[in-house]
Amino acid sequence: MAGQLPSNDDSAAFAPARVWLMLPTWALIGFFLLLPVLLMLVYSFLTKEFRGGVIWEFSLESYDRFFLDRGLFGDEPPKIEWTYIGIFWRSAWQAGLATLLCLLVGFPTAWFIATRPPQTRSIWLFLVTIPYWVNLLIRTVSMKFLIRDNGPVNELLMALGVLDAPFTMINTNFAVQLGLFYSYLPFMVLPIYAAVERYNFALTEAAADLYATRWVTLWLIVIPVVRPGIIAGSILVFVPSLGAFLAPDLLGGAKNWMIGSLIEDQFKGAAGNWPFGAAVAMVLLSVVLVVLFIYARSQTRAGAR
Amino acid sequence: MTTRRIATVAAALALTAGMASAEGKLSIFHWFEYIPKELLDKFTAETGIEVTMDTYDSNESMLASLKGGTMGSYDVAVPGDYMVQIMRDEGMLDTIAEGELTNKANIEPQWLDVDFDPGRMHSIPYQWGSTSFAVNREVFDGDINTTSIIFDPPEALKGKINVLDTQGELLALASLHLGIPQCSTDRDQLRLLSETVNAAKDNWASFNSDGAKDVLVSGDAAVGMIWNGFGAKARVEGAPIEYAYPKEGYVVWMDNVVLLKDAPNRESAIKFMDFLLEPENIAQVSNFAQYTAGITGVTPLLSEDLKTSPEQNPPADAPAGTFVKVCDQQTQALYDAIWTRLKK
Repeated sequence: MAGQLPSNDDSAAFAPARVWLMLPTWALIGFFLLLPVLLMLVYSFLTKEFRGGVIWEFSLESYDRFFLDRGLFGDEPPKIEWTYIGIFWRSAWQAGLATLLCLLVGFPTAWFIATRPPQTRSIWLFLVTIPYWVNLLIRTVSMKFLIRDNGPVNELLMALGVLDAPFTMINTNFAVQLGLFYSYLPFMVLPIYAAVERYNFALTEAAADLYATRWVTLWLIVIPVVRPGIIAGSILVFVPSLGAFLAPDLLGGAKNWMIGSLIEDQFKGAAGNWPFGAAVAMVLLSVVLVVLFIYARSQTRAGAR
Repeated sequence: MTTRRIATVAAALALTAGMASAEGKLSIFHWFEYIPKELLDKFTAETGIEVTMDTYDSNESMLASLKGGTMGSYDVAVPGDYMVQIMRDEGMLDTIAEGELTNKANIEPQWLDVDFDPGRMHSIPYQWGSTSFAVNREVFDGDINTTSIIFDPPEALKGKINVLDTQGELLALASLHLGIPQCSTDRDQLRLLSETVNAAKDNWASFNSDGAKDVLVSGDAAVGMIWNGFGAKARVEGAPIEYAYPKEGYVVWMDNVVLLKDAPNRESAIKFMDFLLEPENIAQVSNFAQYTAGITGVTPLLSEDLKTSPEQNPPADAPAGTFVKVCDQQTQALYDAIWTRLKK
């Protein structure tokens, strides 16, 4: 498959003005994205002021605290600090699992929508986007009401005789996972739909003519073609899940921090440790950039083959 | 959470009252759900001052917001006792000159000279109350007047406990439970404190402050660490709960209206403070929020419910409450570390 788009000759007419046309975009990105990120980078190397704020003195204290455990009183020989790595690990597997579940449910959904007659597709897409009319906070709180011990889900299961006592879902990792999966599912459905919609179904017929089983067709024909949609959807689910703090806070009972809640507490909580919050954000950004970089490299190699 | 801006209908009221519309402005930084809107409208009607208010959900987030650059855009804020001291030490408060407040004499004597603001140079009392916990009496009918309910709970209450997501109050209550001083630097005491809260956490269902009332009303939690007025509201809304006065002690606090440094409308701020020192005005806050004003002459103006509420009237044998202490920087770092280890 030629993945490359043909170069668009129309754009040549705008070539001289290209720099100026791009200017608003670059100004926006620079001012609202790069500048704040650079500011956080600088903050992460500053000294913490007591109770919020920073002192403009260079310090590696925040990174030291992230990676090295010097005991509760700070005078033991340094060991590897597992606390924050543990929080990252919990966030990563929650986000990873949410991505996988969204893919397992989102792919068939997207396939279903894309194979409807064109005039009904927009209705199905419309239905997928309806939850987005309601604020994420409200949706998360509603989920909490649904799954609480004496909420409708447990009441129904007990009325049907499936359960004798309520099955505790609220304030568990399961509830956090449910919240992430539910919140970000449409982010998976929409890109995959866009990819499947362009899929040429003659390829499936051709595969069938050549005695390919359904599995073989799926693995060797369909998935490689819609792969960009799957990857885009996975990134769109994984990245916000990684930094989520509403779901762990409201559904997980704020008992175990995820990265987002850890950072929030540094800026808003009693610790008031802005440099450390900035450092955690920088470590997170680095991890995400490395993952995206590896992906980009693998794409380039695949393209070169 | 994000702050919300509530513009009162000040302008409209001022016009109907036939006043000049630009008598002045007042910008308040306040807790959520803590002042009845009718009271702000009354202030505007009396003075012609237009009021805007932003809200916050913890002392710490208020401090972070002010330090993050909103200092100079608000006239008054409403920090708790220990936060008044912190803001004073940080030089964030303006001094109220002697004689500037006409109604200063209305402050109850016990709240006139307080540790966190000796001589009331920067603040006036707003409301005070206690922080303890309430227990669902349908779930547990044993003795509840002990902090063991939270930190070493009986079998029936395990996994059904909500605690406030506030470091200062939770660790202070834990210190009372263990009988160790606040701001301790003793290593064995701090280790014990850390181990105790970590072990107790296994029995806790959640950390939730703004939902502390709802979890008791819905029955999600059978025990809820809670502020007394919030607990009274939960009881009125139908939770079969009783508020505890543990024998080991409990936390008391006082919220105060402070005059912020660089206040853009200093004069309006002084007028507002004088307004809140009038018994009939501050009584409206007490009736709304179910806490106690530190002003003389308020009691006859309180609603019957409030006068007799068990959350307001500790039994005779209850111990006195304890204020949260402000630790020095090095000691605070240890308590921050204990908190991080608890929440990891």
